[in-house]
This record gives sequence, structure tokens and C-alpha cells, in this order.
Amino acid sequence: MIQPLTDAKPYTLTPGSNGVIETQTLEVSIGPQHPSTHGVFRMDCVLDGESVVALKPVMGYLHRNHEQLAERMAWLGSMPYTDRLDYFNSMTNNWAYALAVEKLAGIKVPDRAEYIRVIMAELTRLLNHSCVIGFMLQDLGAWGTPLLYAFRERERILDLYEAVSGSRMMCNYMRFGGVRVNLTDENLATAKDIATRFPRFLDEFEKLLTNNEVLLARTQRVGVLPKELAINAGISGPMARASGVDYDLRKVDKYGVYGRLEFRVPLGDIGDVYDRYYIRVLEMRESIKILQQALRDIPQGPHIAPEVKLRNFKIPPGDGYGRIEGPKGELGFYLVSDEGGKQPYRYHVRPPSFINLTILEDMCVGHKVADVVVILGSVDIVLGEVDR
Amino acid sequence: MDQVYKVAPQLLKFLSYLLGWLPWIGKPVAGFLSNPPAWFLLAVAIAIPILFVVSVFPGIFAYTTLVERKALGRIQNRIGPNRVGRWGLLQPIADGVKLLTKEDIVPRSADKFVHFLAPVIAVIPSVLLFSVVPVGAGLVPVDLNIGILFAFAISTASVLALFMGGWASRNKFSLLGAMRAVAQVVSYEVPMVLAAVAVVMAAGSLSTLAIAKAQGGGILNVTHWFVFRPWGFVGFILFTIGAMAESARTPFDIPEAESEIIAGYHTEYSGFKFALFQLGEYLASIAMAGITVTMFLGGYNGPGSGPGILGGLISMFWFFAKLGGMIVLTIWIRGTWPRVRVDQLMSFAWKVLLPMSIVNIVAVGMWHYIAIRPIAWVVTTLWLVLWFITLSKLAASENIEKREYRYAS
Repeated sequence: MIQPLTDAKPYTLTPGSNGVIETQTLEVSIGPQHPSTHGVFRMDCVLDGESVVALKPVMGYLHRNHEQLAERMAWLGSMPYTDRLDYFNSMTNNWAYALAVEKLAGIKVPDRAEYIRVIMAELTRLLNHSCVIGFMLQDLGAWGTPLLYAFRERERILDLYEAVSGSRMMCNYMRFGGVRVNLTDENLATAKDIATRFPRFLDEFEKLLTNNEVLLARTQRVGVLPKELAINAGISGPMARASGVDYDLRKVDKYGVYGRLEFRVPLGDIGDVYDRYYIRVLEMRESIKILQQALRDIPQGPHIAPEVKLRNFKIPPGDGYGRIEGPKGELGFYLVSDEGGKQPYRYHVRPPSFINLTILEDMCVGHKVADVVVILGSVDIVLGEVDR
Repeated sequence: MDQVYKVAPQLLKFLSYLLGWLPWIGKPVAGFLSNPPAWFLLAVAIAIPILFVVSVFPGIFAYTTLVERKALGRIQNRIGPNRVGRWGLLQPIADGVKLLTKEDIVPRSADKFVHFLAPVIAVIPSVLLFSVVPVGAGLVPVDLNIGILFAFAISTASVLALFMGGWASRNKFSLLGAMRAVAQVVSYEVPMVLAAVAVVMAAGSLSTLAIAKAQGGGILNVTHWFVFRPWGFVGFILFTIGAMAESARTPFDIPEAESEIIAGYHTEYSGFKFALFQLGEYLASIAMAGITVTMFLGGYNGPGSGPGILGGLISMFWFFAKLGGMIVLTIWIRGTWPRVRVDQLMSFAWKVLLPMSIVNIVAVGMWHYIAIRPIAWVVTTLWLVLWFITLSKLAASENIEKREYRYAS
């Protein structure tokens, strides 16, 4: 509850006993309706002038009962719901859920399907990272120009998604044991075209932004996340890697066919907003490499394991945790199956946005209110995933 | 006004000739107009510039918004408004109608009177600014002998409206925006006035008309513009930055930074009150662009400008062309630059702009006292360049560094 200004105690501008003029702090509620909270998210800020003294992230405005819903539904039934978690990256959400179920049920995925999944996941990473940088610069006040440049590229990727899955954002594309529809040669040609065009877009993007003095002054040494804190708080994804934590599930788990593909993991040293920005640019360059390799190596074959019956799908009792390196970090699904096995007994999502958001206060305190939105933008949250 | 006063009798005679054909009232009106009393001539001479300012510049404002949206659209590879009229030409009118018909909301806990007064006050100084902007050879609404001083005094008054709006809204975002606006306008006033001092020294007058006149002559009426002097070039850049900060344009739009404090001081304004704030802000930035043109870009001087009807029309063309150029420049910057932070804005004003404008004043002195032009060119340029390098070294933020990234093995 925000206190009305009239209740504030009256004060005079006379120095107190210690010779310092006593001033009041101002409690500002940034959100839930605010242009830069990326959805219905609230930050209770206590400001001393323009500086942040304390900040409390308040979540839950977009709670949709995702986990409970999934526990009332057949295994496949919640696949479309995973699209709505992080609505920017429905493909990787699908994959994480499919991976968890496959682990639990012991399904072997055919090679072609694995390659298709890698292609889709890396396209998603390109899409997410370019747009995140755009949104972050929107928060910096760059008035949508970088964002709309990123959206121009995103459009091509979304067109491919539409051609493949019938939907631009809510793809619902992965299935247990493979993917729903096979990729045609035409789709693969489009993906190749995207992979060859994207580096040019990145060069243009970097030429316009990376050495811009205002951007450097606004982002360097702002919102520093130390390596120890990043590890202790369970931060994952580009955010952890910007702080110097060498943790990429594509390298650690080598799920899918990532073990066969060659790529590097860029690491930052300081962990400020600029590192988070630039690590994403470097990751996009690596993603393009992965994409080109996957498009070169993709074998012929079935796109889904033929033995999997999607109708009346049952899993023997047990529990399993499937995780992938989503664009935002470690996206995991913890599933428990009990007798009957028609639906999950327990269904839990480990959303990277939510866990990356928990250390917001540590990064913001001491900075100006203008930095708060930039730091929030660099964390890369999607409220659908934070609140579930 | 003086020019109008001179031509007013002819104008009225022409009018009386037109109106003389009317039945009933034609004869007496024509008689009155063909031989007007002195007070009536004065009233006409006052009314015509007022009508000009009040009709032309809001029109420019309306179409500036359209040009801005179109240009921003092209910069962001969009199309921009194109639904209302051809090329969206009726868009400003549609916007005006929309804003007029919107519900006017006053927050319950707001100070209602001050909340109402603020947008009105926001427009007045902006309109008054135009009274000293010469739009053509000898064509200035009021040729004040302290024109530049008047312009600065008036433009600072606009901050009062911003603070009134922010304070009366009883909104914390408004209050933050108002605080930022006051701090920003007050600090950018100083380097801006000092940059203008250089021009005043060179022209030897505070009158805007005299300053514009001092830049005439030379090859094609162009080479004597102050911007083609070393000190004038530096002054132009300082003044443009100051003017952009004063009228809260990107990258200095922190009083209404959308991504941080929603809309700053006009968060709680809707409908036409909001439009009035916008009007005041845009008019102020257009007027500041006009003063920049007058002080540095030769004002109305250009090839073909001069006295007489034709020369006057050409001079008006040059003035408005330059004004349009300055407006497009601000739009271009808005489309391509991120916003700076409050503390960076302040340190930029006090650590870079202020010393540089003082250095610039010394440069004008050198220019004046070194009689041989080539030597004056070399000496002032060297002086300014050396100081610029020193200051940028001193003020360079210690935060900015070039980074190398490593890859995990």
C-alpha cells in the first residue's frame, strides 16, 4: 500500500545533530503497470533522491496455475501449455519438457529429430538474444530503433516457425521421441538462408551499438553480479556466464547432439550490464556456427521415434529431471509418475527467469533509478515464466 | 513590427479598396481604412506579427510531429503514419481531434488549480520566445535591444510549468520528473548563455536582428556565418547541445524518460492538457532552433537574401529551411541515441560544456584582437582543439574501458 504524501511527517531543512540535513526517502512502486517492467511485475523501490536504497521484487501478478493444471492432464496435454511459459522461446520450452518425459519413459530419439531440435533451439536463441538486446536498449531510451532492427530478423525466424509448425509463437512443435512434423528441404533452405544472413545483421547491430559512448557509459560497471553470488544464487544462462561462471548445459550435459557439434562458450569477467549485453552477442555468433554445422550434418530418417504411441501414453512409476540450456538459462522440468502413469503426479518447472530475478536487489542497490530498468532488462525475464 | 508599421498604410489602403464595394458598410469602412488614425495603425502593426507567430509556428509544430513520426518510422524501418490523408498529411489534425475529445482526468488528491494552470503556463513562454526570432531580413516581431537576454529569461521560465505540473499531480513519478527537469534546465542554462556570450561579443549587440545582420555579406551571404569561425563552430555545438537539453529532447529527455519514470511531470495529464504540454515543449524546441539559426547559422542570410520584397521572401525561405534542418537534426538524434543518466547529464554540463564555453569566450577575444585573419584562424583553432583534448581527457569517465572476452576451454 502506497502511503499518501499527506501522511509524511513535516520536516524542515535544518541540519540535524550530526550536521547533515535530514531528508526523507521516497518509496516508489515501479510496476505492475509500467513501460519497462516487461509485463506485470512490480519493484518496490525505496529511493533516496535518485539512488536506490532498497528494492523488493514482487511477483505473482501473472500466476496461471501452470503446474497444477499439468498435473490434471495427460502427459502430452501440457505440451501446448509449455509454449506459454516463456512465450518468446516456445521451441526450447517444448524441448525441455519432451526431454524430461523421454528421460522418465526411456525413449530414444532418432538422429534427424535431434538435429531438428538443435536447429530450432539455436534459432530460438538467436531470436531471444537479439530481441533481449533490443528491449534492453529500449529501456536505455533508444526509442525502439535497435528493437525494431532485431524484430526485422525475428520476423524471418518466425516465418520459418510458421511454415514448420503452423504457429509463429506458440509452436507446440516437439513430441515425445521427436518432433511433430518433418522438415522439408525448403524449410532447411530457409534456415540456411537465415544462418548466412544473420552475421551481417549482427555486424550492423554491433557497428551501431557496441562502441556507442552513451551505451558504454550507461552499462559498464552497472549492476555488477559477482561470480560467488551468481553461483550461490543459482544463476544460470548468459547471466552466469557474464559473471565468469563456466556453466553451459550444452557442454555439461551434452544433451541431444551437442556433443558432436563444435562451439565455444564465451565468458565475461565483471558481470555488469555491458558484459551481459556482449556475452549475448558472442553467443549469437556461436549459435550461428552450431546452426551451420547442424544444417550441414542433418541426416535423413524418421522425425519421430516410431515406437512411441502418443495416444494413451503411459509412463511407469518413477521421477526424472530433464534440463536444457534455454536462451535465458537452465530450464528444467521435474516430473514424478505414479501408478497408472497417465498423468504426472508432480510437475515442477525450474524457470531460469524466476531464479535469475531473485538477486535483483543485490544488483540494483546503490545505483540510480534509471539503472534499475536497465539492470532488469539485462536479466532477461519473461513474466509468463516467472509467475507460471 | 517596425517593418509592418511602415507598410501598414499601404496594406490598409489595399483593404479599403477591396471592402469599398460592399453595400451599406463599404463606404464608411473604406474611408476609415484609407485614412487611419495613428492608434489603429499601431494596433494593426502589433496584431500582424502576433497573428503570424500564433498561426505559423503551431502549424510548424503540428507538422513537426508528423515529420518526426515519419522520420522515426523510416529510421526504425517502419512506414510511419499513412492512414489519415495522403502520406498521413491529416494525421496532426486527427491527433488534435483525438486529444480534444479525450476525457480530462484530474487525480483526486491533486492540487486542482495548479494542475490546471501548469499546462497553460507551459505554452506561454514558448510562444513569447518567438517574439525575438527574426524570420527574415528585418522581419522580427519585436526588435528588442536585449533580445538574446530576453530569450534566455523567458525560456527558463518554462521550467516553472514543469515543476508546477509535477508537484500538483501528487504522483511520485511526476515529482521525480519535475525534480529532474529543474536540475537539468538550470544546469544547462549556464553553458548555453556562455556560448551565446561569444556570439554577442562578436556581433557587438544583444539584439537578435543585429546578430543576424552581422552575419550577412561575404561570398553568397554564406561565408560570414558565425558557424564558419572556429569559435562559432564550437559555440554552435555547445549551444545545440544546451538547447536540446533545455527542451528535453533525446538523449537528454530524462525529465520524461518513458522507460524509467513513465512520462515524468506529465504522467497525470490527459487529453488537451497533455497536448498543451507537448505544444509548449515542441514550440520551445522550435524557437530554440530558431535562435540557434539566428546566432550561428547566419539567421535569414543566404544566397539572394537582402532588403526589398523579393530579398525578404528569399531570406524567409532561408530562415525556414535552416529551421527545418535543425528540427530534422534533433529528430535524427532522437531516433539513434540512447538516453544518458541524470548524474552523467550533470557532470557533462559542469565538467565539459561549462569549461568549454569559457574557453570559447577567450577564443572570441583572441579572434577580435589578432588583426591578421590567417594567424587568428590558426591561433584560435589551436587553442580550442588543445582545450577540447584536455577537457575530454579530464572528463572521460573512468568506467569506460575496452574489453576482451575469453572462451571457456
